[in-house]
Amino acid sequence: MNTVSSFNRRDFLRLSGVTCSGLILGFSAEAETSSPENFNPDVFLTLEPSGTIHIYAHRSEMGTGIRTVLPMVVADELGADWDDVDIRQATGDKKFGSQNTDGSRSIWKFFDRMRTAGATAGFLLNQAAAARWNVDPSTCRRDASHVIHKASGKRIAFKELVGEAAKLPLPKADELTFKAPEERTYIGKGKKVVDFADMVSGKAVFGADIRLPNMLFAVVERSPVLGAKWKDFDKEAPLKVKGVNQVVTITPYKAPHAFQALGGIAVLADHTHAAIKGREKLNTQWGTSEHDHYDSDAYRDELLATAEKEGTVVRHKGDYKEAIKGLTTHSASYYTPHLLHQPMEPPVATADFKDGRCIVWAPTQNPQAAQDAVAAALEIPASQVTVHVTLLGGGFGRKSKPDYVAEAALLSQKVGRPVQVVWTREDDIQHDYFHSVAALKLEAGLDKKGYPEAWSMRTVFPSISSTFAEGVVQASAGEMGLGFSDLPFDVPHILCENGPAPAHVRIGWLRSVANIQHAFAIHSFVDELAAKAGIDPLAYLNRVIGRDRKIDLKAEGADYPNYGAPLEKYPVDTARLKHVLNTAAKDADWGRQLPVGQGQGIAVHRSFLSYIAIAVRVRVLGRKVVIEQVDLAIDCGLAVHPERIRSQMEGSVVFGISLAMMGKATMKNGAVDQSNFHDAPVARITDAKTKINVTLVQSEAPPGGVGEPGVPPFAPALCNAIFAATGKRVRSLPIKEHDLSEA
Amino acid sequence: MTTLTIDGHVVETDEKDMPLLWFLRDKLQKTGTRFGCGKGLCGTCTVLVDNHAVRSCQFPVFALDGKKVTTIEGLSEHGDHPLQKAWQEKNVPQCGYCQGGQILSAVALLNSDPNPTDEAIDNAMVGNICRCGTYGRIREAIKSVQGGSQ
Repeated sequence: MNTVSSFNRRDFLRLSGVTCSGLILGFSAEAETSSPENFNPDVFLTLEPSGTIHIYAHRSEMGTGIRTVLPMVVADELGADWDDVDIRQATGDKKFGSQNTDGSRSIWKFFDRMRTAGATAGFLLNQAAAARWNVDPSTCRRDASHVIHKASGKRIAFKELVGEAAKLPLPKADELTFKAPEERTYIGKGKKVVDFADMVSGKAVFGADIRLPNMLFAVVERSPVLGAKWKDFDKEAPLKVKGVNQVVTITPYKAPHAFQALGGIAVLADHTHAAIKGREKLNTQWGTSEHDHYDSDAYRDELLATAEKEGTVVRHKGDYKEAIKGLTTHSASYYTPHLLHQPMEPPVATADFKDGRCIVWAPTQNPQAAQDAVAAALEIPASQVTVHVTLLGGGFGRKSKPDYVAEAALLSQKVGRPVQVVWTREDDIQHDYFHSVAALKLEAGLDKKGYPEAWSMRTVFPSISSTFAEGVVQASAGEMGLGFSDLPFDVPHILCENGPAPAHVRIGWLRSVANIQHAFAIHSFVDELAAKAGIDPLAYLNRVIGRDRKIDLKAEGADYPNYGAPLEKYPVDTARLKHVLNTAAKDADWGRQLPVGQGQGIAVHRSFLSYIAIAVRVRVLGRKVVIEQVDLAIDCGLAVHPERIRSQMEGSVVFGISLAMMGKATMKNGAVDQSNFHDAPVARITDAKTKINVTLVQSEAPPGGVGEPGVPPFAPALCNAIFAATGKRVRSLPIKEHDLSEA
Repeated sequence: MTTLTIDGHVVETDEKDMPLLWFLRDKLQKTGTRFGCGKGLCGTCTVLVDNHAVRSCQFPVFALDGKKVTTIEGLSEHGDHPLQKAWQEKNVPQCGYCQGGQILSAVALLNSDPNPTDEAIDNAMVGNICRCGTYGRIREAIKSVQGGSQ
């Protein structure tokens, strides 16, 4: 028996669904904000007569600061005093538009929407104030939660106007006016992230922090090989572990697996430790699977062989095959392994199924997909599923896939009690939606000076589409648009192909997705060509990118999705690409004399509508690679929150260090070899000793993404630096598997 | 029966091999101490035991009889320990999940070495993984309170 003193207040707060952090988990928020006394001009925004301004954060917080940044945009346009703002995390609800927090699109997709929310409320508050003063609303401005009459300086607080503003008809879109850049108070300057105080004091509420009365903790044994079903397991032994409550099964998924629970055997207990110990006693015997023979080392050879054969053309400019005749050629193959997400918080979810309804609390990047996945699993309407979003202890794409949420819901339905499903680190690593293993073959036909006249490349990797449909072997247009078909080089003849590759594990998207393999291969290969031509890589790159222009990819033979954004608003602009390239080079003091054993490398890549160049200086000592200097330049258009953009860039470089130096997952007999951080390491503080210098290009261009685009250029910049230091070309990752001491 | 002090509260328990991590989280509902790997590899679950940083996933409760445990929730009453303040001032956290463990490792470091060199910081912090990659700012935050902690 435990004798526990005075944690009661905290317990009460948790059990009632409201936490110290201000993250509202209950239904009270909905009820409060729909009160008739309130002014609710937009789904994102409610002003109370008390003066409190509630702004809904509808995107998931996993470290970008988005829970602060988008509400900050509303508050700026509204003219709100930041101290009056209360941020509420939205549940999954289509009224907010897409809540799928991936693809680095929260800002570019919702910047204008948030400004509209603020401007709409502001328009009505101006009208209400103007009516009181009998003046023209256009003679009023707003600041610090007040409407101010410009000429007289008269002021009135928003809270005094709530009742009147609420009665006014909503303005038409063309009636709204927006602040000029110089009038902005928060945009471009930023506010302190609202969750910091809770994050550093342990009060922040992540997925595993939900505690409900009568809740059981569950861990699930899943098949080590995708698609195998259990033949037998020991139903009794786990029950002998103190604290274990019951053992139940989760029906295996029906292909395609998509976001379904994988299925398996769940051990439910009074606490997590008992559930983990109980699972160890299951002694499960697994049946066979069509993926039993998957061996990722053998598959590497298969992919590289496929990359030698003609594939499906995804872009053709000029006439590559004709042009290549008679030219000197250079070719190379590149390989990147499966990669893991490894968020510090492994997947976890809590569900409470009762009377045909299911309430879920989950660290999910996509609460609407979680809602749909739970509804499908339980065979209830989505309207009967409520998904509360906690903070995410890292996401990186893993928590876009709500299989773990479906598990919690299924178990709660089955046992009739609230259930929290906890994934151990081993579960996380062995049942990931893996970043795709990939092989690329590149070939260039060179002019007399060594510049490419003709450029071809083939990419081969199991597609993310294999997660959603059986038998898919070709990549999607979306994947081809991730740094492949959008090759921004000024080469007369370009041929891009995709070769077939079946999937043998669950394939998913990892931070920056197929840009990882494409940027690695392309920006390494162009460095090879520069070396072959005996030309400085920076000068060579500038020349290959070519004259200032907005590339018409359609005219150049590519069906380019541009991350779902219009090309007119977000063109592929070579001037911006070269500008970040030359900025990073300048910051790096490119071309300086270096001691023996050191080298500089550079790469520039556009992805997620932003332009990023990274210059790396390394020192190579035998097998040891020491990163001495990193200079990153980013042009993401308007920098809405500069400090969070810098933090994303620093984090992207460290993510890049992990994947370039040590990242990989391998499979034998269909099962994942790695299990925890000892054999699936990620960068530690000692791997990231150097300060990462970030330069933000000042721009009023529409804002682009920042969560992912810092990742792709890092690995090629690093490998190019290793080449400069050692003469050794790294054509496969991770770097730690190469012996760099033999040039 | 094991008696230990957790964030100033005396706790008695007959739990034996349950790791302190799960005892805190699931028995005491003190969820500020977080799970990362369960094998002492990542440092996420770090707490102070008699002012030394330890991985709570590796310490069974029975081994803590008579010990004083400090979690991130008990480090200061109002979240205003110099390192907690420095962490906010330097905008260290991204997702925030590992930061409680990071801060407690830093507290232990500064307790034993108020003016650590870069190398000492690396040695003290190498056991704490941050997948968001906030290492540079962690280093800056620690340096900003050198000599100023407790």
